Amino acid sequence: MTTRNYGTRLPGMPRQRLTGRLIVIEGADGSGRSTEVGLLREWLEIQGHAVVDTGLRRSTLLSEQIDEAKRGHTLGAATMALFYAADFADQLENKMIPSLAAGSTVLADRYIYTLMARAIVRGASRDWAQRLYGFALQPDLVLFLDARPEILLHRAIAKYGSLDYWESGMDLSLSRDRFESFFRYQELLRKEFEWMASPYKFHVVDANRSPLLVHTDVRKIVQPLYARGSASEPLGPEPPARPAVSARRRAPSAASA
Amino acid sequence: MIPETPSPTHGYPGRLLVFEGLDGSGKSTQARLLGKWLQARGYRVFFTEWNSSELVSQTIRRGKKKGLLTPTTFSLLHATDFADRFERHILPPLRAGYVVICDRYAYTAFVRDAARGCDPEWVRTIYSFAPKPDRVFYFQVGVAVSLQRKIASRLKISYYEAGMDLGLSDDVRESYEKFQNRLKREYDAMAPRDEFVIVNANRPVEVVQAELRHQLRPLLNNFPTVETLIHDH
Repeated sequence: MTTRNYGTRLPGMPRQRLTGRLIVIEGADGSGRSTEVGLLREWLEIQGHAVVDTGLRRSTLLSEQIDEAKRGHTLGAATMALFYAADFADQLENKMIPSLAAGSTVLADRYIYTLMARAIVRGASRDWAQRLYGFALQPDLVLFLDARPEILLHRAIAKYGSLDYWESGMDLSLSRDRFESFFRYQELLRKEFEWMASPYKFHVVDANRSPLLVHTDVRKIVQPLYARGSASEPLGPEPPARPAVSARRRAPSAASA
Repeated sequence: MIPETPSPTHGYPGRLLVFEGLDGSGKSTQARLLGKWLQARGYRVFFTEWNSSELVSQTIRRGKKKGLLTPTTFSLLHATDFADRFERHILPPLRAGYVVICDRYAYTAFVRDAARGCDPEWVRTIYSFAPKPDRVFYFQVGVAVSLQRKIASRLKISYYEAGMDLGLSDDVRESYEKFQNRLKREYDAMAPRDEFVIVNANRPVEVVQAELRHQLRPLLNNFPTVETLIHDH
């Protein structure tokens, strides 16, 4: 089903039909992504769909090196952006594409959008970031969990008891005060997600609510993706353009976003 | 401290000189000799090579062992490595007014990635943080000469140098030749677009070096030496 990327071909990939579905869940730390991934996975599996989940920095190739680099805080902005892109490419080629070719649903806990936003707020141009990730597959669905910074803050403190160095964007020197830095950093990221929402067809979900309410919305958005048959049945010929759910069809609560 | 003669090409006070060409084209030898000469004339010189940082070479070794590397990840890892080298070792001396000599630059990635099938425009985009150098010397040699020098140096031809990952041939030497031929075609095609100064590298070392030194004179007009900097302040 997902056969198109954002403009750059992936060399060396065998031509294959990707019959699975690629669903992306995006949102800041504390927006409830992991909870929604868990609930969605459960729901899809109950319906008989094979689900594989992926997240950033889980590739076998690079995750250790990235952790090492982050500990040292020594890499420059372009270097870090490219390092993350290599890690993402590895997951895409060695995990997501094979799973999609096998007909599984791939649930991605964050995707190129977070990577792009992080690179841009650290000085990359939007154009560069978009082209860099031109090799990424266009997902069948992008759910963006939108939560206010105050909500994110409370969830982060409830979860970790403190604010994470990177999630507060401390490397950007926005403020020496972590609390202040957190708000400013989240605001900067939010601005990037805002312009991406339309070209990348985000389905914005109001994530300021309880996980179950959010999940109800998520189900409504995901449901049509499986309406044409179960994942185990081969799908018909690829339509010329992507008729997939468009940005116009949003969650009922999108108005509050 | 910083001289007031920014380069018209990249706008930094230093000068960026790049040496490109196939393995065995003699570019590294020439780059070193030129560096010596510039230093002897009182210029502040900084030298960098295209070698992988520990971080990336570790990753490449691991990926190779597990058979995980693809043209895209390979390309991005090298870009990461180059970005690190650029941000750490090339940009600061360039801003400080040094003559920075690069034994290979982004063009090496352009030719290698293109030979591996990556979209050339995509590769150029990811390297767009690297400014256009003041001079790119392209050491042009035939693949036969490159191979000969490589064998004479008794250095083992590595898996990636031979482009073995492309499956051109199971024989290292044959694969090397085929791969280097592709690289040469890419370099040759790139030369006019990127305004390479083509150096006929089939000639003796001294002759080539003399030509390079001659080539550089106009670029160094009014370019301050350590001496002039001290006297000016």
